[in-house]
Amino acid sequence: MATVPMEHGNHDVTWTLPSRGTVAMACLITAESAIFTIFVVAYLYYLGRDVHGPTPKEALDVPWFYSICLISSSFFIVLAERAIEHGKMAAFRLWWAVTILLGITFLYGTGVEWRNLIVEHHLTIATNLFGTTYYSLVGLHASHVVAGLIMMLVVLAFSLMGAVHPHHAYRVKTLALYWHFVDAVWLVVFTVVYVVGRQ
Amino acid sequence: MADQSLPVGQGVEVVGTPLRGTWLEVVHEWIITVDHKKLGIMYIAYALVFLLVAGFEAMLIRIQLAIPHNTFLSPFTFNRMFTMHGTTMVFLVGMPILFGFGNYLVPLMIGARDMAFPRLNAFSFWVSAFAGLLLYYSFIGGVGLSGTGSAPDVAWFAYAPLTEKAFSPGHTTDYWAISIMASGIGSIGTAINIIATVFCMRCKGMTLGRIPLLPWLYATMSFIVLVAVSPLTACQAMLLIDRYLGGHFFDTQAGGSAILWAHFFWIFGHPEVYVLVLPAFAFANEIIPVFSRKAIFGYSAMVAASVSIAFISLGVWAHHMFTIGMTSFGNAFFTLSTMLVSIPTGIKTFNWLATIWGGKIRFETPMLFSVAFLFQWVIAGLTGIMLSVSAWNWQLHNSYFVVAHFHYVLVGAIVFMIFAALYYWYPKITGRMLDERLGKWHFWLMVIGFHITFDTMHFPGLLGMPRQIYTYEPDRGWTTLNMIISVGGFIQAIAILIFVYNMVHSYFRGEEAGPDPWDAWTLEWATSSPPPAYNFAIEPEVASRRPLWDRKHPEDPDSAFE
Repeated sequence: MATVPMEHGNHDVTWTLPSRGTVAMACLITAESAIFTIFVVAYLYYLGRDVHGPTPKEALDVPWFYSICLISSSFFIVLAERAIEHGKMAAFRLWWAVTILLGITFLYGTGVEWRNLIVEHHLTIATNLFGTTYYSLVGLHASHVVAGLIMMLVVLAFSLMGAVHPHHAYRVKTLALYWHFVDAVWLVVFTVVYVVGRQ
Repeated sequence: MADQSLPVGQGVEVVGTPLRGTWLEVVHEWIITVDHKKLGIMYIAYALVFLLVAGFEAMLIRIQLAIPHNTFLSPFTFNRMFTMHGTTMVFLVGMPILFGFGNYLVPLMIGARDMAFPRLNAFSFWVSAFAGLLLYYSFIGGVGLSGTGSAPDVAWFAYAPLTEKAFSPGHTTDYWAISIMASGIGSIGTAINIIATVFCMRCKGMTLGRIPLLPWLYATMSFIVLVAVSPLTACQAMLLIDRYLGGHFFDTQAGGSAILWAHFFWIFGHPEVYVLVLPAFAFANEIIPVFSRKAIFGYSAMVAASVSIAFISLGVWAHHMFTIGMTSFGNAFFTLSTMLVSIPTGIKTFNWLATIWGGKIRFETPMLFSVAFLFQWVIAGLTGIMLSVSAWNWQLHNSYFVVAHFHYVLVGAIVFMIFAALYYWYPKITGRMLDERLGKWHFWLMVIGFHITFDTMHFPGLLGMPRQIYTYEPDRGWTTLNMIISVGGFIQAIAILIFVYNMVHSYFRGEEAGPDPWDAWTLEWATSSPPPAYNFAIEPEVASRRPLWDRKHPEDPDSAFE
């Protein structure tokens, strides 16, 4: 029998593992993507199957301004991430607050759009298939924006109280990952609802 | 059994049992706990309670069907019983018991002190527990159509538009939908937790190629949960929008589609089978080598096969829908993709056989259940291939042949491996062995009862007996077969009662297990039984897939060969 010297691992090599926050957020994003996929499929499947109006073409206007607000917030949150990594807390607070403001602007835009649809076009979730699928899909996305805004506002509040420090950069980045996901989903929803859906 | 003097536990002193508090303090401690072992035990106990409840419902179904024109259950009650039986077994027995084992074993096997997110873990358990209470509260609170009593009666796949307000008035369907939503949220939480634990909490030296197969398969199963259970949660939301806000997702009168529900449900429903069966495979991967006294054959092939099962399982859902009608391309695609599943599962089966081959086999209860599992899993796979052929499927869909097929998978493979796992890990969890003599009784009665019931069940299906009927005419030629099926069901019920007695009896009177009663090789056997709250006093370091083998045989360690 071969004599093999016992070697329990190599102690010189540092043992690094992926960070659990990032892995868990990636998993959450995977699960959320599956949920959005189902609602997107329902939206596309039911396009043009309504027995009566209003149709997407009649009722919807493309929300260019508010969409640009939301998508650009991803850029500002990257600036915030960089700032906290380099310990520039004032810059972090500024960019973080700008991100939140852009998110709120987007939500305001959704509110205006919904009010217009309900009051002008008499479209509610119970009106027809378009109403059902539209309010569900856009509402699902808006509820994710709300969740993101609440979490970011908590971070902002802690930050103004001086409780957020550069060593929290990792947690901030995990939250930012979620925000990037919310923005990316809007690109899909925008394409489906306002580009494909209005043809 | 464990009479080799092992350097087990790395010099951990077994901490004397702390002083027991008052009854209230003990309950409080269990409620607020975030310890993965306690949560694991609660998951398992919770699932076993519902196993008895859903088993009882199955017995009521079998009494009703034992003879033609039976009036034991009313048609309404019969609908409730098969709905509750199916829903309970999948969502309140299968998922929780498998998550329970995952919770208990994954951190121990990878040498961690807890899950990655202990509080998320507690949250997931309590949400799942709440889902069970909600579903069963519907017996009290969920009044259905006037005069027909309460509890959901829409079958476990709840096809639209039956679930719409017009056809299911009252609140029974709402309880069903909300309960499944809650259970889904709990499952997604646990799945996130298991993946993060397996990949981020491994002890030193445990590279991806050294993770024991059980955590590997649990991570794979959790991935399926993420992508398959979320669609179910989404379509419950759609159903509730229809029922409460007047939406039209599945309202066929307003242009909504009943078929879309079927697609959405089976996009969840088929991968769900693999969510349930991968942990059963995981148990087999741990138990078969230990009782064959050989290392697992083809470790990397096993991992690769499991991961490919996960991917293939996402592309086969419409084989549940051949009779709904599809294009010939759709039929061909889903027939072929379903047959593709047999390649990775075949790899696994042959690897288990190769592990047993030439081994020094110990036929103790866990191994007995595992061997029965191998046979039954192969037969279930063969009827699966028969059903995947769309032409054959058109003949037999929604017949008792299908019921027999999926019970062969769910009972013959999954429940058998759950029993094997309970016999194998009960000593670790409680510190005492389960009684071997009672175990043999349990096993043989279970095998005999299982085959009497489910082998026979294929035949009324071939003779045209549809599923979900509350009675049948005596001239159909199904009478004797149904009586045999019911008798087999009661033999299984007796076997399970023996098992319940064994669990209780052995908890108080069982033989002391010691840390490593089976002379096994993975890290959970390196600590005391039951393990202390912190699992390992010193975080372990591993150099191979079988760290305890290395420790027991320093002259011939695995690490020299891997």
